[in-house]
Amino acid sequence: MPDALLSVEGLRKSFPGRGGGLSRRAVRAVADVSFHLRRGETLGLVGESGCGKSTLARLVLHLIAPDGGSVLIDGTPFTGASERQRRKLRRRLQIVFQDALSSLNPRMTVGVNIAEPMRLQGLGTPAERHDAARELLQLVGLRAGDAARYPHEFSGGQCQRIAIARALILHPDIVVFDEAVSALDVSIRSQILRLILDLQQRLGLSYIFISHDLGVVKRVADRIAVMYLGRIVEIGPAEDVVRNPQHPYTRALLRAIPIADPRRMRVQDLGLAAADVASQAPPAAGCAFQPRCTLRLAVCVQEVPPTVQVAPGHTAMCHHVAPGNALASRA
Amino acid sequence: MSTDVVLELRGLRTRFGPERGGTVAVDGVSFALRRGRTTALVGESGSGKSVTALSIMGLIEPPGHVVAGEILLDGRDLRRAGAREFEGVRGSRIGMVFQDPLTSLNPVLTFGSQIAETIRAHEPISRAAAEQRAVRLLEHVGVVDAAARAQDYPHHFSGGMRQRALIAAAIACRPDIIIADEPTTALDVTVQATILRLLHDLQQEMHASLLLITHDLGVVAAMADDVLVMYAGRVVERADVDTLFHAPRHPYTRALLGCATGIEDDRRAPLQPIEGMPPDLRHPPPGCRFAPRCRHAVAACDAASPALQPFGAAHEVACHRAAEVLADA
Amino acid sequence: MDVPSDRVGVDGAAVAPPGEPRRPLSQRYWRLFAFLRDRTAVLAAVVLLAAALGAVFAPWLSAHDPYEADNLLRFAPPGTPGHLLGTDQQGRDMVARLLWGGRVSLLVGVVPTVLASIIGLALGMLAGYARGLLDQFVMRVLDVLLAFPMVLLAIAIAGVLTPGVTTEILAITVVLVPYVGRLARTATLGVVTMPYIEAARAAGGSSPVILARYVLPNVLSPIVVYATTLMGLMIVVGAGLSFLGLGVQPPVADWGTMVADGRVVLRRAPHVTVLPGVVILIVSLAFNFLGDGLRDALDPRTARR
Repeated sequence: MPDALLSVEGLRKSFPGRGGGLSRRAVRAVADVSFHLRRGETLGLVGESGCGKSTLARLVLHLIAPDGGSVLIDGTPFTGASERQRRKLRRRLQIVFQDALSSLNPRMTVGVNIAEPMRLQGLGTPAERHDAARELLQLVGLRAGDAARYPHEFSGGQCQRIAIARALILHPDIVVFDEAVSALDVSIRSQILRLILDLQQRLGLSYIFISHDLGVVKRVADRIAVMYLGRIVEIGPAEDVVRNPQHPYTRALLRAIPIADPRRMRVQDLGLAAADVASQAPPAAGCAFQPRCTLRLAVCVQEVPPTVQVAPGHTAMCHHVAPGNALASRA
Repeated sequence: MSTDVVLELRGLRTRFGPERGGTVAVDGVSFALRRGRTTALVGESGSGKSVTALSIMGLIEPPGHVVAGEILLDGRDLRRAGAREFEGVRGSRIGMVFQDPLTSLNPVLTFGSQIAETIRAHEPISRAAAEQRAVRLLEHVGVVDAAARAQDYPHHFSGGMRQRALIAAAIACRPDIIIADEPTTALDVTVQATILRLLHDLQQEMHASLLLITHDLGVVAAMADDVLVMYAGRVVERADVDTLFHAPRHPYTRALLGCATGIEDDRRAPLQPIEGMPPDLRHPPPGCRFAPRCRHAVAACDAASPALQPFGAAHEVACHRAAEVLADA
Repeated sequence: MDVPSDRVGVDGAAVAPPGEPRRPLSQRYWRLFAFLRDRTAVLAAVVLLAAALGAVFAPWLSAHDPYEADNLLRFAPPGTPGHLLGTDQQGRDMVARLLWGGRVSLLVGVVPTVLASIIGLALGMLAGYARGLLDQFVMRVLDVLLAFPMVLLAIAIAGVLTPGVTTEILAITVVLVPYVGRLARTATLGVVTMPYIEAARAAGGSSPVILARYVLPNVLSPIVVYATTLMGLMIVVGAGLSFLGLGVQPPVADWGTMVADGRVVLRRAPHVTVLPGVVILIVSLAFNFLGDGLRDALDPRTARR
């Protein structure tokens, strides 16, 4: 991808398994993940708990060192860079976490919290940092005077605004939102979503938006990547992925989401995947989803499926979409 | 009211802290639960929906107290009943399922013995018989290989499996009422679907009344027959599910529906959040509690609190302007 | 900054609580004021300050020499003219002895605790932040020290060195390090998993900076509270060492030694034992209350309003 602002190639990470004895097998949290992010776009990353989406975010930001693979920002290597280079590159890539209150240092005022990235980067004088923080507070819809208060004095939604202000103070190109609206109430959530979208328009930001909620991801993303047990099993334009899902997991996910309209969907219409079968460990061979897949073939148990392009910019990792195996005719 | 009403709340009022300076979390809530129907109680955090459930169960702990109202089970007020009688009702007539299955299960007891204990608390049967019934119950809620699973401890299981076990405990004595407080909020969406289906099937099969507490409008649309919308401790709208989604009258209900993010929504359509925050219940607004955030608020809304008033059959709205056409779309 | 200064179309006014925050004083001082509003803690601080001043200015405050025996005036009860709090079994003035005794007792209570807190904090933070082998090594060494009973270890250390105040301070310091170290490590483990540490790393914070600016302020308050509690206890432990002849040598006496010496004449002259005992009690309590007050004042979540 020549025009990619962010390129992720073959990122891998395993963690030592928990528990002692025989069960102590390494858990592959992220297995060979590649994607890119174009300038000004939002990539939605969706998946259920334990799929590795948060680990992936931390690998991209190099908060965890990957076992392999690379991250390039505007063509400059980020993972392979020296500590000093990486520190500088961090200015271009910032993150907003789920738990807004605990992502703010409780012993610093809101203003100091927001200005902290500048300080850590050695930018500006104390007065400049203070002014920048006050300006950003207004940008995210709070008052400049709130800078003197402490995080615990604010509600969850307000804390998330503060965390967003902090993520913006270094003028990043890319902001990663890791379940940033998941803990918020419906009415507050849409306030924050609107803020996030407004800021993107104003500042020309590129986003990676991570959530377990496909409805929320669909609302903000240009493209959607679906993760399952450490792999991106399907990625494509948001509308395509939702309207024309190719991977059986994406389909199961879509069918399981209740639609807020009793005339169109009742509990009987919810698709039931073999959910409780899911163990956190992927099977030793073959496709990660095959133990739950209703369309399992012999080949699915034996070989990891290839990544197949089903439409321009839309790929899926499934034996069924491989040439000669049309899923559409089966489903 | 028809005879199939099993539980009726009249003017329930639950307060935390002292009379002055305390928080009235539930302020005059009335509704009836009917046999064979699912009632959804919808609201955001702090709306009082969970406190309502805990009040029904008699599980409000000091500094909280149910200070007024009646909780009528088959016409008998549970608030006047003694502690022993209340305990007998809890678990046998009313079963409860909580949001977090891990913290509501005892980590040092096996699944089977926890369910058996619930049964033995209400019925004079032997331990062995109770454990046998526990295994049958686990089978009933879709736990594969139930006899073996009954010997396992909660931490061995996935969230979905734990929630199944909790549901098995809740239905152990074939209650007339099941209260499920955000039963799927902590679960993945594919697991949520199976748990919702299970709750629905059990409720149908036992002809029980299901009170489903949730913030998720998708879950409401899928599950509910009747819907109660709560805001800041009060019920603001009550309707059958179709009316609520297609002809809501309360501005809060309408705004809430506008906030929902569904997979079908167009990205380019502007988001319409509800501005502001829910009121601080230590100092609630004098009139309608939604008035400070309401686009349709007029002077009357700040002056007096609107009461629920009927609009057609089985539709009640607490809004001064409910009769007017709310052309906010 | 090229961030546009005008507001984005998000509604801030409705979201922020009403009223511009009032902060009459610079933030630097408001924690001090929060502390000053806590009457118990202020009283404790005043008591400790008085004890400290009494110890420092003992020669000027007392008309008598604490070691000057007066065989004609033994067991004088409190209120005796010239001897406000009476005299002990050797006729030495109690006021003078309490003031001079405070020099040793406060020194032994405060100095080792402060030293051990600094060392323990450094070790604990390092172990908790680095984890892995360094953590294992540091913690096992501290565990070995912890395995000995506190007083026994102090006796052993003091026993191999020449008795005196320096030895006493050294022994108590070594004894306390593992206690503080463990607490500091636990507190550090709790802090390093917080998302704000991750946020600091994402912004480019290096490990030393994160330790100093994020971990230290957040683990400091439990340590400060614990240390103030220990100070009271160490006055008693110091007395124990002196009693065994491993601390200060007679005729110099700290409060604990005074209690010990007085016990043989408890029936005849209870004030000889009771007075230093009461002083120890008051000072220990004051340290505890000061610790509680500091904890509340150090935490912005409890200090305001």
